[in-house]
Amino acid sequence: MADKLVADKHLRYILNLMAEKKKESFESVVMDHLRMNGAYWGLTTLALLDKLGSVSEDEVVSWVMTCQHESGGFAGNTGHDPHVLYTLSAVQILALFDKLNILDVEKVSNYIAGLQNEDGSFSGDIWGEVDTRFSYIAICCLSILKCLDKINVKKAVDYIVSCKNLDGGFGCSPGAESHAGQIFCCVGALAITGNLHRVDKDLLGWWLCERQDYESGGLNGRPEKLPDVCYSWWVLSSLIMIDRVHWIEKAKLVKFILDSQDMDNGGISDRPSYTVDIFHTYFGVAGLSLLEYPGVKTIDPAYALPVHVINRILFTK
Amino acid sequence: MHGRPRKASKPEEEAASAAKAVKLRSLQSQFMKNHHDKIYTEEAIELSTKLLEINPEAYTAWNYRKLAVEDCLSRIDSDPNLVNSIFDEELRVVESALRQNFKSYGAWHHRKWVLSKGHSSIAHELKLLDKFQRLDSRNFHAWNYRRFVVELTKRSEQDELQYTDDMINNNFSNYSAWHNRSVLLSSLLAQNADGFMPNERIPDEYDLVHSAIFTDPDDQSGWFYHLWLLDQTLNVETPLLTSSWPSHGSTIILSGAGCLNGSSSKFTTFCSESGSFPLILYFDQAVGGVSSSTVTIDSELKGNEDLVWEPISYKNSQVSCVWVTHLKYVSTDLCEYKVKIRVGNSPGIVSSRGHNFRAPYEFVFTAHVHDTVKDSQEGIVSWTDGFDIWDAKSKDLNSLITLDQLQAEIDFKWRQEAIDSEVECFGILSDSKIGKLTLARLLMAREAMVSDDAVKGVRYEEILQLYNDLMALDSSHYQYYKDEHSVAFLHKMTSSSESLSRHLFRYRGMNNLVCLRLNNLSLSRIASVEKLLFVQMLDLSHNELHSTEGLEAMQLLSCLNLSHNRIRSFSALDSLRHVKQLKVLDVSHNHIGKHSVDTTRYLCSSPLSNSEWSQDDVGRQNPGLVTKYWDAYFVLRDLNLKQLDIAGNEISGNEFSSFVLQVVPKLVWLDGQKLGN
Repeated sequence: MADKLVADKHLRYILNLMAEKKKESFESVVMDHLRMNGAYWGLTTLALLDKLGSVSEDEVVSWVMTCQHESGGFAGNTGHDPHVLYTLSAVQILALFDKLNILDVEKVSNYIAGLQNEDGSFSGDIWGEVDTRFSYIAICCLSILKCLDKINVKKAVDYIVSCKNLDGGFGCSPGAESHAGQIFCCVGALAITGNLHRVDKDLLGWWLCERQDYESGGLNGRPEKLPDVCYSWWVLSSLIMIDRVHWIEKAKLVKFILDSQDMDNGGISDRPSYTVDIFHTYFGVAGLSLLEYPGVKTIDPAYALPVHVINRILFTK
Repeated sequence: MHGRPRKASKPEEEAASAAKAVKLRSLQSQFMKNHHDKIYTEEAIELSTKLLEINPEAYTAWNYRKLAVEDCLSRIDSDPNLVNSIFDEELRVVESALRQNFKSYGAWHHRKWVLSKGHSSIAHELKLLDKFQRLDSRNFHAWNYRRFVVELTKRSEQDELQYTDDMINNNFSNYSAWHNRSVLLSSLLAQNADGFMPNERIPDEYDLVHSAIFTDPDDQSGWFYHLWLLDQTLNVETPLLTSSWPSHGSTIILSGAGCLNGSSSKFTTFCSESGSFPLILYFDQAVGGVSSSTVTIDSELKGNEDLVWEPISYKNSQVSCVWVTHLKYVSTDLCEYKVKIRVGNSPGIVSSRGHNFRAPYEFVFTAHVHDTVKDSQEGIVSWTDGFDIWDAKSKDLNSLITLDQLQAEIDFKWRQEAIDSEVECFGILSDSKIGKLTLARLLMAREAMVSDDAVKGVRYEEILQLYNDLMALDSSHYQYYKDEHSVAFLHKMTSSSESLSRHLFRYRGMNNLVCLRLNNLSLSRIASVEKLLFVQMLDLSHNELHSTEGLEAMQLLSCLNLSHNRIRSFSALDSLRHVKQLKVLDVSHNHIGKHSVDTTRYLCSSPLSNSEWSQDDVGRQNPGLVTKYWDAYFVLRDLNLKQLDIAGNEISGNEFSSFVLQVVPKLVWLDGQKLGN
């Protein structure tokens, strides 16, 4: 059983992944198309551990820019098609390095704004898949770029609220089942646009706090599912945004995350003794940040970036 | 990425993996070339099929296939057989991809895209869905796709409701089925469809959900459905006026600033420098449309035509439970005025769910304008000395305690019967967590329906005991039960004049302000504010509060003591910005500045929505400090505090104190010290 965060091991795990060494395993090739997300997860984890200086900023930034498409959107990796999922990650990565100024903000923001539909929802790309994840992405990204006025915020908010369920949670589209990931997206979008009064905080708070498993202390994503470290982010950040985080037992959750570390090789897995990956490493560390674990910088629950990065963006003109 | 046990990889495994990787790499780069060169030959398309079979998450390949389909369609004549065969192939590729990964967003969306092109074999789609549901009845992709197909084929809600019935009867532990049922049923109930009258249907649904809860009390599948049924049972669509200040039949004393000569200790006294007093309306749900045309005021007080009504809520919102206007009076016109208020005089007050406030409601109060004798002394307000026990008679408090809900109009019989029946059922589960919690909620609901004063409040002891039991039984959620306990406690305390008057005092130092003492009660949450609108001085010290959420309705509040609580930041005090009367605030000995995570940052006005902050003097002169203490800045800037206590917080110190003095230039007392001119 682990009693501390082995930050050094995680640092080495991430740096190895980012270097060329492990890129040619089957697992790595199969994830090729979402390298932009992977880079965001890895780099934000480094930033939270105050080790962002361990990577070559120039290398990362220039690779990110090779992923930009002529439409203004970013792809998951060089040569792939653009999509909002990777556009947000790209903008977040540039924000980490305080390099948003290299962007053609008009171009990127027009790409995203152009994906808003009549009913206020957002498509992920030109092929029209609609999901509240994309509403969050659009709002988060445009907010970072200070271009929220390019979309119809009222309609965007109304669409998100139309995805609110009778259990207080949110799904990916109207009528879809509540899921912690979607809840994070909807609550985050409402938080950023100043619309949390449209959330029933007590009802949703109870649904969220009941994600905590009594035995393991871990959180699941919806009723009768297994606990998973990634929900330490989605459930926890949602609870924090609506000021109901005191309804879970934090110490138990810390233990669940720490127990999911690979103490020898670094990295964090979905639950104790399972295979580690960069996704769960990020969510584990981000979760610990929200739980105020010592030695981890504070992350903003709505933007999923370190607070000092967000303050730097929001407090300057 | 999920669900793979950790084990060290053996060299032969690594070698096999590397070989597979090389093959996939080659496939991918060939594919990319075809995609960029827009090659849509049979061979190229077949390559993408192979790629998607190995890696259904390669989203660019799904995009490519759509382009290929569009290219093919553009080159053939619209021979339906050819078109169908193209689409059939797409559906086949999707099915094979889903077999690899039935959670692939790309695969499901491709299927929707094909179907929306007009190609449908709907029976096949429903059969496919059945297959996936059997594999995993919680697969939300499948449920979403089902909704898509239902929409396309216009299957009836009743038929789909039957489907959820089948799924639930097959296995009650299917939250997805319960969820879908709730969506369909709420739509049918809202339409008042045949056979879907709430008073008949809801009791049936209670019976159905009992199967889920009673078979396995630890299974959460039915919990939230049951809670929704409870809400449907209690939910009165029509908005109602819960309370007001001044209340019906009450008398208030108005004056200018200063000391009243022999002020009565019977009535609430309101002193105002501005010559106006608040009129507060508290509704049972958020409403919009409260204005001088929907609320009329009949009185001889001059200058009160076309009053402006404000919702007490977040900046963006035009709806609120609490609405306030200010009635003017002339402090030298020493008179008695009768004021008649008519709420809902004309249509226009509408709940946020779209239901109209119906019958106009009228109430009358009396306002005496009194003379002041001498200038007000700006003495420091003490929380310990200068209080008189208020020997309030029941009738005095009745003139202060606000209106009960107009329950007579609403069809309560079936609701009360349903709740009573549930209470009886859940008595059986009294050892389990969900049993105790549901029972507590049911009893709270039952209490809310009681209008007879004689029996009001009898259930609260049991409710409080249930929450105490739950704190021990389910310690992970201790704070949730603690909050509910505080709410029940406050409901109990305000349920009768007798219990409320034990906590009421008058403060001599400020014209016999009405003071409510709720200190040292382990309160973690504020509630029953609608019954406390008359309170002018509130002592909440030595409790466990971490937010002032709810206090915004207390428009008469001029003194507030929050010392020795668990307030972590000024953003947690944001609701106080609405309490414009506030002059004295004590937040000493809290946790302000102690925590790095701000849990109320997004519940208050965020810096994003306050673009004017850098424009004013303080912002211009101290951008660094305003950034550092932004939440304190927003809260303090909007208040006219005379007295503030902030000692005993981590944020306290010279830097913060001098910042406060800049933001609140009219402050007279800081941490007990009188400030120089």
